[in-house]
Amino acid sequence: MGNVLVYAEHAHGKLPKATAVAVTAAKEAAAKMGGGDVILGLFGSDVSGLTDAAGKLGVSKVATLESPALEHHAADVAAAALKAIAEATDCDRVVFASTSKGKDIAPRLAGAMGASIATDVTGINDDGSIERPMYAGNAFATVEMHGDKKVLTVRTTAFEAQADEGSAAVEAVGADISAPANAIQFVSVEETKSDRPVLTEAERVVAGGRGLKSGENFTTVLEPLVDALGAAMGASRAAVDAGYVPNDLQVGQTGKVVAPTLYIAVGISGAIQHLAGMKDSKVIASINKDPEAPIFQISDFGLVADLFEAVPEMTEKVKGL
Amino acid sequence: MKILVPVKRVPDAETTIKVNPEGNGIVEAGVKWVVNPFCEIAIEEALRIKESGVEAEIVLVTIGTSDSQEQLRTGLAMGADRAILVTADNSDPWVVARVLAKIIEKESPDVVIMGKQAIDDDSNVVGQLLAELIGWPQATFISEFKLEDGNAAATCVREIDGGLETIKVPLPAIITADLRLNEPRYASLPGIMKARKKPLEEIDAGSLGADLTPMLTVKSLTPPAERKGGRMVESVDELISVLQTEAKVL
Ligand SMILES: Cc1cc2nc3c(=O)[nH]c(=O)nc-3n(C[C@H](O)[C@H](O)[C@H](O)COP(=O)(O)OP(=O)(O)OC[C@H]3O[C@@H](n4cnc5c(N)ncnc54)[C@H](O)[C@@H]3O)c2cc1C
Repeated sequence: MGNVLVYAEHAHGKLPKATAVAVTAAKEAAAKMGGGDVILGLFGSDVSGLTDAAGKLGVSKVATLESPALEHHAADVAAAALKAIAEATDCDRVVFASTSKGKDIAPRLAGAMGASIATDVTGINDDGSIERPMYAGNAFATVEMHGDKKVLTVRTTAFEAQADEGSAAVEAVGADISAPANAIQFVSVEETKSDRPVLTEAERVVAGGRGLKSGENFTTVLEPLVDALGAAMGASRAAVDAGYVPNDLQVGQTGKVVAPTLYIAVGISGAIQHLAGMKDSKVIASINKDPEAPIFQISDFGLVADLFEAVPEMTEKVKGL
Repeated sequence: MKILVPVKRVPDAETTIKVNPEGNGIVEAGVKWVVNPFCEIAIEEALRIKESGVEAEIVLVTIGTSDSQEQLRTGLAMGADRAILVTADNSDPWVVARVLAKIIEKESPDVVIMGKQAIDDDSNVVGQLLAELIGWPQATFISEFKLEDGNAAATCVREIDGGLETIKVPLPAIITADLRLNEPRYASLPGIMKARKKPLEEIDAGSLGADLTPMLTVKSLTPPAERKGGRMVESVDELISVLQTEAKVL
């Protein structure tokens, strides 16, 4: 069998924690799915600023590929680049973090490689089978992946991040990657600006739901608590759909999956699709005016209260700690 | 233009799903089966394209057992023109993608609009895999779709981790819908009546020449670890106090 390749996601000249998490999962894939070394696949239009950080991720080698066609994210070109890297480095398994880029590219790569693919993997068993959630987390499946070639996307909450270690050699892969004739064109990106911790990496998350009633209330009522706790802000789908907050704050089955040390749910009823994204948090506290709200059933601590009174009170008291 | 919309029959999102005692499936008693919510959004988008004045034929396709006729009829009642049922096991993303590739070969659609994931296996794979198999570009997780250049391309807004990305994708392409693309309509009574007469073709997957060998085998299902909760506190002070002294997270 060959080696295991990790997709090195990067943005703004940095490798996010998700990439370090994928390295850990790849090490498990190497140990339990047929051996081999773990190699980081780093590509873009210019990755020179990233190779130092990449080399410290505890991998055997960093394989780089540069091409002007890789300036913006495009799944088809990215899959072609990863396929070329996998071939050059003798990798038959490829691991991604389940991020929006990872989810976009991984199935295409599986198609290009003829590999089996499992997404949102939460565990790798000793016999090489994997665990993954289904039905919004109401079931966990043990899945056997067929063939020697395998592509995995892994839940970032299910594996630890690889700590900085070593300094792996960097090797450029000499493949020519160009955009296809029917290439997509990048137009623009609208990034949500925030000085707060990244939602999927934060130790504390305060999330708001429809109970907040407006975007303005998110700003005036919830955000002060978020900041007093040094937390990241999250939201339910209902709050995003209503336009109170941007889409990238959505936690749940079809949004982000988080598992902070402390998750505080404010004005969120606790639909199964929301729980799917936060149920693995270490401590869950919730504030809801409805004593019957399902969120209380999975909360370590529940407070029945009007959030418009309880949240400002909590903010003041937290500031005083 | 021809718009192909793949759809899947899944348990209703409101149903509480439980793993069966044998651990090889879910308890099906009491489950209401519906069109996967993301597929419903895809159908709605196709209808809106047609209603915006583009001359279009909307073809639904599903892979599954004859039970899935019900979901095709729902889509036809919403306003799609005709439907195809390919009888095959629909639990393996590779099998589904290979079958869809054959249907695309047969139907030559100008665009395929589908859901980004099905809420049963939550895989989020078929659209992207299919795009690779047939060499089409993809625009995934989209919340806006606009035809451009005399329907030769579409501008799509994608929901990504950091916000929103806008791309222009040449057609034909695979488009996968996210939740905020639109709010699907309900089928009207006249729509339901009309749907009964709309063509629904049944094709045996074997006749398409697609490779039906699965790439995954689900060996067992287990229920999630139960989370103990339910403890109530009386005041903000008590909440802060337990978070500090018991949970030690403040
Ligand atoms: C296919 C699909 C995918 C989905 N994916 C997701 C997902 O990824 N993430 C997600 O979150 N949802 C998702 N949902 C939606 C989910 O089913 C729920 O509709 C949603 O989570 C509800 O959001 P909410 O709790 O904010 O709103 P509601 O259910 O309306 O709850 C609002 C809560 O606020 C409380 N409240 C109101 N006023 C106050 C007050 N003054 N003080 C205190 N409490 C108050 C109410 O008691 C209520 O419990 C999905 C649904 C579908 C069908």
